[in-house]
Amino acid sequence: MSEALNVHPGMAAHAVHHDDHHGHHKETFISKYIFSMDHKTIGKQFLVTGIVWAIIGGLFSVLFRLQLGYPDQTFPILETFFGNWAKGGQIQPEFYYALITMHGTVLVFFVLTAGLSGTFANILIPLQVGARDMASPFLNMLSYWFFFMASCVMISSLFISTGPASGGWTVYPPLSALGQAAEGSKLGMDLWIVSMALFVVSSLLGGLNYISTILNMRTKGMSMTRLPLTIWALFFTAILGVLSFPVLLSGLILLLFDRNLGTSFYLSDIVVNGEILPNEGGSAILFQHLFWFLGHPEVYIIILPAMGMVSEVLSVNSRKPIFGYMAMLGSLFAITILAFLVWAHHMFVTGLNPFLGSIFVLLTLLIAVPSAIKVFNWLTTLWRGNIRFTPATLFAIGFVSLFISGGLTGIFLGNSTIDIHLHDTMFIVAHFHIVMGVAGMFGMFAGIYHWFPKMFGRYLNNTLGFIHFWVTMIGAYLIFWPMHYQGLAGIPRRYLDKKGWVSFNGFPELDKMITIVSIIVFAVQLMFVFNFFYSIFKGRKVTTQNPWGANTLEWTTPIRPGHGNWEGEIPEVHRWAYDYGKDGREFIPQTEPIGANESKH
Amino acid sequence: MQTFFIVAILGLGFLITFQIAKASEYVAVLRGEEKARKQTNRVNAFMLLAFLILGLIGVYYCNEELKGKILGEPASDHGVLIDRMLYITIAITGIVFIITQVALFWFAFKYQESDKRKAYYYPHNNKLEFIWTVIPAIALTVLVGFGLIYWFKVTGNAPKDAMIVEVTGKQFGWEFRYPGKDGVLGKKYFKNIDPAKNNPAGQIWEDEFNHDDVWMEQEMHLVVNRPVKLVIGSKDVIHDVGLAHFRMKMDAVPGTPTTMWFTPKYTTKEMAEKTGKANFVYELSCDQMCGKGHWGMRGVVVVETQEEWDAWMASKKPQYLVAHPADTTAKKDSMIGRIQGGNSQPRMKTSNN
Repeated sequence: MSEALNVHPGMAAHAVHHDDHHGHHKETFISKYIFSMDHKTIGKQFLVTGIVWAIIGGLFSVLFRLQLGYPDQTFPILETFFGNWAKGGQIQPEFYYALITMHGTVLVFFVLTAGLSGTFANILIPLQVGARDMASPFLNMLSYWFFFMASCVMISSLFISTGPASGGWTVYPPLSALGQAAEGSKLGMDLWIVSMALFVVSSLLGGLNYISTILNMRTKGMSMTRLPLTIWALFFTAILGVLSFPVLLSGLILLLFDRNLGTSFYLSDIVVNGEILPNEGGSAILFQHLFWFLGHPEVYIIILPAMGMVSEVLSVNSRKPIFGYMAMLGSLFAITILAFLVWAHHMFVTGLNPFLGSIFVLLTLLIAVPSAIKVFNWLTTLWRGNIRFTPATLFAIGFVSLFISGGLTGIFLGNSTIDIHLHDTMFIVAHFHIVMGVAGMFGMFAGIYHWFPKMFGRYLNNTLGFIHFWVTMIGAYLIFWPMHYQGLAGIPRRYLDKKGWVSFNGFPELDKMITIVSIIVFAVQLMFVFNFFYSIFKGRKVTTQNPWGANTLEWTTPIRPGHGNWEGEIPEVHRWAYDYGKDGREFIPQTEPIGANESKH
Repeated sequence: MQTFFIVAILGLGFLITFQIAKASEYVAVLRGEEKARKQTNRVNAFMLLAFLILGLIGVYYCNEELKGKILGEPASDHGVLIDRMLYITIAITGIVFIITQVALFWFAFKYQESDKRKAYYYPHNNKLEFIWTVIPAIALTVLVGFGLIYWFKVTGNAPKDAMIVEVTGKQFGWEFRYPGKDGVLGKKYFKNIDPAKNNPAGQIWEDEFNHDDVWMEQEMHLVVNRPVKLVIGSKDVIHDVGLAHFRMKMDAVPGTPTTMWFTPKYTTKEMAEKTGKANFVYELSCDQMCGKGHWGMRGVVVVETQEEWDAWMASKKPQYLVAHPADTTAKKDSMIGRIQGGNSQPRMKTSNN
């Protein structure tokens, strides 16, 4: 970025050209880039796989937005590519539902879980706690390859004749349990379950590794309260995942039994397509409890790493300490605990006992308190700073804006009274896309722009970065803000054409506008992808060790660190990660001992 | 061909953008990176401020454009409570929204990098943090308080004189059963379902409560200002009884009956006048993903006066008689006995709300 930022005379010069001296000997292409046990390479593998999935998942959304915006028009090109799924150039209902199901599954699990926390937990944890690698590099490698296998299985389900799962990403039975009820509930659903099972294994292997690395492998002096907030966020994310993913797995295994072995865990009193099924005594609602016991923590699995990275990026670039470190940490902790206690707010209208519902209202709105604290602390971090608007900073600011907007609409939905009206309408679609989807992506972009120099030793192109930010930011609001009104008008989600309805047909122009903006935003994401891959090879080279003038340990490694991260000794840590602007100095790295005359905070 | 042109234009646009981006990198180097960076910084800071102002105008404009298209007045007593809660929440969150968004973008603009300023070392302030823990907590307590009062009103027990209608979802339509004169829905069992034998609901004919139950599809008739309790179920997958104008919603779950109740405030005709839509009807939408026909799973609710409803009901034939055309006399006798017996408890398994 700038030479002026490198007011760090002692550190900048050395350690620039040591790339190849260190590391394991006899590394082949396969051991270095494919079956690598280096946490940095594994992180990059997660990232690249996540990007590929994001393109696929994003493309799906463009396709179904075409249907929503132009329900009467035909697009012959779709028939060319998708054949019977888009007969006559129009997206068929089964295809539409397969698209939304895959869009949700892919974005929630493969992009915003594996792509986000998989990437940054791997890259940042050892670098920021001061470790040479994860606690178990081998399990870490397995974690990626289980994810890869999960991806392969999910991809394969796109190419079978009955199509992929199509019961929505929440796969509620009996719809997902009965092949007679939907095409997508045939083989596609079995593949979905197998893929998710592999994904859970991947997530557990990764999560256990992250937790043990953070607890056991911190460098000398790195007490828990000196950890950067990114690490705390990733730590709580891993705990959430380890405790909740197995519950999903158990729920899915019961579903697999119901589908293939004739059990009745979720099935009772069913007559489907004229066929009377023998199952009695199961509860379809049981699955929803098991699903949301993961499903709700899952949204925090997505958003916590984004929060952590945003805290770090905002602090570094406003050249100020993060405001209220302990309060931020306490909020993360509170969110983690509460995340397990709010799942039934997805189920207010399932016939849940109203008293039980009221408990979940209370706990749900309680979670707004730590979220509010975090927002106020980010605002105060910006206050009286000296802010540099790198693309990462802009995405971090965008994250805060989106988190406020989407968080506030969460207060509508968490209140069971309002939820009766808004449940399963476009309002909820707008809400979770803003607060979890787009905000999660913004956190991820902030992380990519900020740590790209560490990952690849080169910069992303800034101008493209700024275009990327502004189009995405404006586009996100244009797409999702008016969508709330569709929800207030009662339009149910997952309606692919509203012409047949007297109450819901008032928004054809809005739907067109949203579709056009989605296509533009998608195109700009492709531009980002181009920027990403182009810059890996051709980007401007990083010439200084600490380009952002940051305090954390990853910037004390060589510009292109080898396997093992540091040449020689791992540095010792003497202070917290946020001494920016202290005692007239722009920044004081964590490795610098406390001076004799230094003021206390 | 058209598609090809669009792709070509997009590709070209991208190429140009990329060249400019590339060039700007070189220009920055030539002009002095630091100077170029500071200029970009000012531009972005200004854009953030512009985004705030235009964004707030956009929020206002969007509301002006779209507020007329949402549903208008709630058509049930519960809907009034739900809308009131909605407006209380909009007011409180609206204030928070404006304050925090303005603070965010204003701070970003005001405290953009400047050579004249040094960042202020301000790691924490316990008093401040305490204040903004307590204020949201109080605001949320208010919201939870109102919310739960309304919630228990809406989900509480239905009045004793409520009309009972059974609503059953199936792929992809709605079925309704009225209890008939005795006010009691007869028992049913899903293995009895057999449309060929005129038993689409699976009624147990041995249960005499069934003999006057009226069964129909797609259209439900309700009486204005009379509470109605819906007993909701499903034959195949989970559906959801969505009544947007009444602001009501409840899942239809196979094997687990659910209930909801409300009192319609306006007849269909009155509502047509209020909304100014001549073709107005209350629609019953499926709000839970149920398969490929989900988006067209529509029912119609007709709200009318008691007289109109009575006349309509009188024209309907109990399903028992449809299934047993020869059995007319026997049925009449048993019905008399039933009415004298005076049992008015619903004999269905229902969830306890």
